Amino acid sequence: MCLPLIAIIFSLVIYPAFYSIYLSMLNKAQTRFVGLGNFSFLLSRDVFWMVVWQSAIFALSAVFFKAVIGLITAHLINNLPAKGQRKWRGMLLVPWVIPLALSSLGWWWLFDPTHSAFNWILKGLGFNEIAWLSDPYWARFSVILVNVWYGAPFFLIMYLAALKSVPEQLYEAAAIDGANAWQKFIHITLPMMRNIIAITVLFSLIVTFANFDIVQIMTAGGPRNMTHVFATYSFLLGIRSGDLPLGAATSLFMFPILAIAAIFILRGVRKRGRDIA
Amino acid sequence: MTSIAVSVPRSSGARPASLKRSRRWALITSYVFLVIFAIFFLMPPYYMIVTSLKSDAEVAHMATNPWIIANGITLDQFKLLFTQTDFLIFFKNTAIVTVAVVVITMVVSVLAAFSLGRMRFWGSSILATGIFLTYLVPDTLLFIPLFQIVKAIGLLNSYWGMVLVYPTLTVPFCTWIMIGYFQSIPKELDEAALIDGAGHMQMLLKIFIPVALPGIIAATIFAFTVSWAAFVYPMAFLYSADQQVLTVGTVTSLIRADVYKWGMLMAGALVAAAPPLVIYAFLMDYYIAGLTSGATKG
Repeated sequence: MCLPLIAIIFSLVIYPAFYSIYLSMLNKAQTRFVGLGNFSFLLSRDVFWMVVWQSAIFALSAVFFKAVIGLITAHLINNLPAKGQRKWRGMLLVPWVIPLALSSLGWWWLFDPTHSAFNWILKGLGFNEIAWLSDPYWARFSVILVNVWYGAPFFLIMYLAALKSVPEQLYEAAAIDGANAWQKFIHITLPMMRNIIAITVLFSLIVTFANFDIVQIMTAGGPRNMTHVFATYSFLLGIRSGDLPLGAATSLFMFPILAIAAIFILRGVRKRGRDIA
Repeated sequence: MTSIAVSVPRSSGARPASLKRSRRWALITSYVFLVIFAIFFLMPPYYMIVTSLKSDAEVAHMATNPWIIANGITLDQFKLLFTQTDFLIFFKNTAIVTVAVVVITMVVSVLAAFSLGRMRFWGSSILATGIFLTYLVPDTLLFIPLFQIVKAIGLLNSYWGMVLVYPTLTVPFCTWIMIGYFQSIPKELDEAALIDGAGHMQMLLKIFIPVALPGIIAATIFAFTVSWAAFVYPMAFLYSADQQVLTVGTVTSLIRADVYKWGMLMAGALVAAAPPLVIYAFLMDYYIAGLTSGATKG
């Protein structure tokens, strides 16, 4: 009964993964074997190193703010009376339910150079207009902001579920011992949620690191290639410029980082499984 | 020493009131911050709705506050979207692809989860771990080799190619959460069924699927939202309008004109985002339960 599953995984995940390694060692026309030529070509290019840096900045800062906002909002909702919690949770989850490509389009419109609704507010308050997507540094800020907006609700629901699973008696015992809210958070909530926080952060790190939609739609890697991440850069090289081997080589650079995160997630998931059993 | 002794009776009398007051303050602070976060989270969809209901002239001239509709609500943008563009073709294509992918995903993952969750066989635990790992492989790592494979099969620029590749995004996680749900069904139930002479297939259809229905619903919603929102694969594999799906179609082909028709674009994005939003509005609890259990359980 597992056969269809095994067939799908082997033919469409494992085989392509190995095929990708082979593909990355061919020349552009795929007629000649060039060994590690594509990889060394990439490593010698300044643009590629910018992609490496931008991917790291993008993933780390976005995941950090997602985790913090998720934790804060989960606590705020958990503080409410039980009746109102569902409504607030539903409202704050909206960004995560809209397909990312479509909400990125909405954000692009918010950042539009001539019609930006943000700049209208800034102007009204007496500030200068900001070139959200045409100034390289503001463009970096903008794509990260959109990613935080999209991903924070995921942390919110994971944390909220974890908060609910912390036994109430622990807080009661702490209250009797005279612990204040902060002490309860540091000594009960955080240790109880450590595993789920770790899994969520690592999982989000993978998804954010491999993100494509936001950058592709809002900046397509520009201005001056400053916002390219691995996914958009390999799309540019592989599909747009038709150099599939070079594109494959670019995306393969993601693999070691993803693999390390995956190993840690697996350890966490297994540990959790043992705890339950 | 004395001050403590004096203060004890007083504080024990005052405590409930001050506790109540501090609770009320905590609640008010919570609401204030939640409102701030809600504004941040809901601002883009709000602005999309506002833009889609304005006339082109109002959007273009920016003479009035862009955050409100000053010159009256109009449905022209939606009319334009449905009559003058390929939007309805995109919608139909996405609907076909999504339904096909959801059916394939559910059949494959329920069968696999049933055998992995219930029958111990050689390699079953390694396989379960492997499924979880494939769930972590992102589409942006695979789209280039898959481009070659889809091309070799002859499905490049066909939405049936999407039906072929989307299951890589949906099947692993759906199998994973279904394993969790099936394992939580007590063993006594299948023993009773076996004694009554039920076969494996009967057991799956008559016991496992009905009992694990919340899990099935959660997995179905997951498969639906993922295939509805997929962007990388259609962006790489589809290029003609008659085969295009909603996400890529809205973002790329509606923008082809020199002047961006933002009102119509926002109308398109809203209509395209509506099905997942509606499903989630009704079935949010199932989805969240499935999602959180899938990630927290081993």
